[in-house]
Amino acid sequence: MTDTAVESGVLTRTLTVSVNGTGRSAEVENRLLLVHFLRETLGLTGTHVGCDTTSCGACTVLLDGVPVKSCTVLAVGVEGREITTVEGLAGAGGLSPVQEGFHQEHGLQCGFCTPGMMLASTALLAENPDPSEEEIRWALSGNICRCTGYQNIVKAVQYAAAKMKEEH
Amino acid sequence: MYPATFEYHAPASVEEAISLLERYGDEAKLLAGGQSLIPLMKLRFASPRALVDVNRIEGLDSIGEDDGHLAIGALVRHKDCERSEALRGRYGVLGDAAPQISDPIVRNLGTVAGSLAHADPQGDWGSALLAAGAHVEAVGPGGTRTIELDELFQGPFTTCLEPTEVVTSVRVPDPGPRAGGTYLKLERKVGDFATVGVAVHVSLDNGTVRRAGIALTAVGPRNLRARTAEEALAGATLDDDTIREAAELAAEAAQPRSDHRGSADYKRNVVRVFTERGLRKAAETAQAA
Repeated sequence: MTDTAVESGVLTRTLTVSVNGTGRSAEVENRLLLVHFLRETLGLTGTHVGCDTTSCGACTVLLDGVPVKSCTVLAVGVEGREITTVEGLAGAGGLSPVQEGFHQEHGLQCGFCTPGMMLASTALLAENPDPSEEEIRWALSGNICRCTGYQNIVKAVQYAAAKMKEEH
Repeated sequence: MYPATFEYHAPASVEEAISLLERYGDEAKLLAGGQSLIPLMKLRFASPRALVDVNRIEGLDSIGEDDGHLAIGALVRHKDCERSEALRGRYGVLGDAAPQISDPIVRNLGTVAGSLAHADPQGDWGSALLAAGAHVEAVGPGGTRTIELDELFQGPFTTCLEPTEVVTSVRVPDPGPRAGGTYLKLERKVGDFATVGVAVHVSLDNGTVRRAGIALTAVGPRNLRARTAEEALAGATLDDDTIREAAELAAEAAQPRSDHRGSADYKRNVVRVFTERGLRKAAETAQAA
């Protein structure tokens, strides 16, 4: 998607990305935010809009495996890249270890922050399979939960880490 | 919240980016990490006619030693700095600042150079890099120029960059082996801006201070250098009395204002305490090297 000529006045472009392993393409406005592309263009409403100001982390998705706040990323900026949303966490064998951990340890109450929490946790465990409690709290410090007080969220991540170790 | 409409370009080279900027005059903004610019556009504080997204330009994302400097490319993210071994030890002021910026997810995208170009007086990099004596390299239609950070920061959210210039790297002079520093930040919670931040960077020569850099965050209209404190330290031995005197001078250099994060007196006192602590840590690192 390299520009060689300036096309003045053009406010849309064709965007092609991979979302949860599937190629998706759409004509989008330049100003469309990634979170709205996911929720409205693709109908993947598991990614939530919380604060809309880069603070709460409810809209966290993985961009080439790295957590980003999708309310603060332009859809046109992720051309050609790979997005993972909460809809992409479960595999053929059922829930991912992180999803199972949130279920088993009651790592949610209202569930609003949960997709973002689980994606940030998934990225943490991909990089650090055996995190300390402090490392878990640190990695999730950009995601805000207003219900649980984080205790069970930390336990959910610990559960997932143990489960992943067992599976290896 | 949605940004206003804009034209979008993703050039593949710095030259192409500059020619796009020339075309739009002062109506275009460069997009790097976007973690400040996109919120500003959503809140309609900024409505540029065009965005020039530099993320596709290759060769701007490395940290490395270059000609007596540590060079940080324009697309180096805060997270890259947090992980970099190069930013420890004598560059500890930078390595300690990195993990205190915003929150871990924002750090995955936000860039060092973008933070400087944004010139938020509450920005952490501004102080850390001022203390380290850094400059930026900016490329424009007329070639490359070197801009000292002191000159770069003109005031709140204002730099001396021309609308057609692109910052390509941030360069920190090698302070020599016997150097150390740190960045201390008081924040109410992760992701908040600093209530107060203090950056300290000291290099030693035969046991005395060759150069001291002290810079303050969120206590003035821009990142401030505590010059009188720096001057008092130059040539001195880092003993208790010198450190305490420098901390008093740094507190005097602060221009805090009372707000919801704290009173002016409180912030000034934090500057004093942080400068003292920072100097002790810097001395420890430098003397151990």
